[in-house]
Amino acid sequence: MLQRLRESKSMQGTFLALPTTLWLFVLLIIPLFLTLIVSFGQRSPDGGVIFSFSLDNYIRLLGYSTDCPGGQASCFDPLYVNILWRSLTLAFNTTAVVILLAYPLAYFIARAHPKRRNLFLFMVLIPLWTNFVIRVYAWMMLLRKEGAINIVIGWVAGLFGIEFTPLEMLYTPGAVLVGMVYEFLPFMILPIYTSLEKIDNSLYEAAADLGANAVKTLLRVTLPLSMPGVVAGTILVFIPVMGTFIVSDILGGRQVILVGNLIQRQFLDARDPTFGSAASLILMVMTLIVTYFYTRKFGFGEEIVAA
Amino acid sequence: MTSEFAVELRDVVKKFVTPEGNELNAVDHVSMQIKNGEFFSMLGSSGCGKTTSLRMIAGFEWPTEGEVYIEGRAMGHTPPFQRKVNTVFQSYALFQHMTVAQNIAFGLEMEGVGEDEIKKRVGRALEMVQLTGMERRRPKQLSGGQQQRVAVARALVKTPSVLLLDEPLGALDLKLRKEMQLELKALQQQLGITFIYVTHDQEEALTMSDRIAVMSKGKVQQLATPVEIYERPSNKFVADFIGESNFLEGTIKSLARDEAVVFVPALNAELRGMPMSSDFVNGEAVAISVRPEKIRIAENNAKGDGLFEAKVLTSVYIGSDTHVYVDMAGIRLKVMEQNRISRLDPSSFYTKDQIITLLFMPENTLVLKKD
Repeated sequence: MLQRLRESKSMQGTFLALPTTLWLFVLLIIPLFLTLIVSFGQRSPDGGVIFSFSLDNYIRLLGYSTDCPGGQASCFDPLYVNILWRSLTLAFNTTAVVILLAYPLAYFIARAHPKRRNLFLFMVLIPLWTNFVIRVYAWMMLLRKEGAINIVIGWVAGLFGIEFTPLEMLYTPGAVLVGMVYEFLPFMILPIYTSLEKIDNSLYEAAADLGANAVKTLLRVTLPLSMPGVVAGTILVFIPVMGTFIVSDILGGRQVILVGNLIQRQFLDARDPTFGSAASLILMVMTLIVTYFYTRKFGFGEEIVAA
Repeated sequence: MTSEFAVELRDVVKKFVTPEGNELNAVDHVSMQIKNGEFFSMLGSSGCGKTTSLRMIAGFEWPTEGEVYIEGRAMGHTPPFQRKVNTVFQSYALFQHMTVAQNIAFGLEMEGVGEDEIKKRVGRALEMVQLTGMERRRPKQLSGGQQQRVAVARALVKTPSVLLLDEPLGALDLKLRKEMQLELKALQQQLGITFIYVTHDQEEALTMSDRIAVMSKGKVQQLATPVEIYERPSNKFVADFIGESNFLEGTIKSLARDEAVVFVPALNAELRGMPMSSDFVNGEAVAISVRPEKIRIAENNAKGDGLFEAKVLTSVYIGSDTHVYVDMAGIRLKVMEQNRISRLDPSSFYTKDQIITLLFMPENTLVLKKD
């Protein structure tokens, strides 16, 4: 057995992949399958699951409602579709803002003196040492009506003798966007930095030598060569933003409900695991579709590096 | 304004700060004039300032002092993309995300050349470097030699007035390197463009160049044709760096117009009719340089001037030549003899402790300043 393992490369591969395969099978594949089964079931009055094959949960998610204001038998209720749409647009916006903020910073770090680079990367990572939830609460302290931002603006306005009513920033979609951007920024900076750092200085010089100014070098050389980092960062940011509920829970309150919050409430408050499971699967399918089209267009971000 | 010089460096200094915080003159008051259409090499070991000089011509670095002129125009802080020079990088610096054709077209697109014209010129450039048919390949799919050709084509397609080459053949194996040397030289002659070529390989410089600047410690040691550099090195450094040299210590006994009489204490002999590399005074301590291939091994019973006995230390047979290391009155010399005759008889080779007679022709030596 050991002898064969030593000789066979494919057996070595199987052997090395075994722990992870088992892990994923037990903790991902089986639960996913259970979720699928539950999502076709119906809620029992005590919050349990009656197993059946019913598409009710999915129909409800897509807007079919029997609880209509006009007393009809059925009508379209956009509640859940709106939540899904809100989650999707927020994930898009967060990713876009994060790219715009992360790229220049990653470029700056990659082009900094090698001695200083590690310090800057360290600074990018420092916030991750604090608990995710605590960081979101910190934003609550900054954004609320009596929060730091309003106090500072009020103080400056006072200096100029301007009347200032504190801004209502907390529990708005903007607050959720700010929180999301803040939470996920490092996950974009690091992969972009990694791909920028790989670009040899002689390539910038070659571009300049061949007549490209700074803007053209950025568009024709730097950006394409660092796309793998942008793609990897996008995957790392987009997917968790689609599913997370903590940021919207704390900074959005009841105003900004995302699909993550919806799922959480089905399991914990509404005690309807069947509907929660259906929402989970819809979220997964949406994320998969977006990721599929995105990676089909841009690749997984490996081909230039691996070539 | 045109000038007879394609590129001129006037008293150029480039200071760098070392990681330890010291100031270093990477290029130390260098002046050189590179003629139009010339194949010009800067030759020296690493850290001699050759690459920094080239980078200042390209515009990647700016001189701390002095000025770089391209076609008679002072460059000042002109950025690289506004200079009529193009560079072939040591690492080739090809754009991996572009095909061969896109790489070559890049510089023309930056100039705003029309699409049809670009297609035509890229085609011609590929033909010139014998890569027709490789348009759609990616750089990574090419061999080292082919990548090198793409780098040359990408620079030449812009029809620069000067092409700068920074050790472009350094990554190639010996055989390919020799082929490419001849190819680049032929290309330069065919196009009539000025080539400025940086290398640490003296054979490469001697093979290709019209003129060579031998550099060391940021300074130009000698700027001359390959023949002059080899046959009339201007100082001991050049004599030692280019090819090989044996050095004999002596003092000037007397001076004629362009010949000297030198007394060599180790041999207890006066050598007459010695060519000189520069001006000397009577009694000055000098070094006599003799190239290994210019010492002849004479018949043992030979009579006449310039004959000295020596004892063989070792003899190395390398096929085309035999290198004989000898001790001549306490001086260690290297003598090179061509193996003109095919032989297998072991007794015909030099053996340790064998006494042989060496013949120095004064015209094959050179008197140099002692340091």
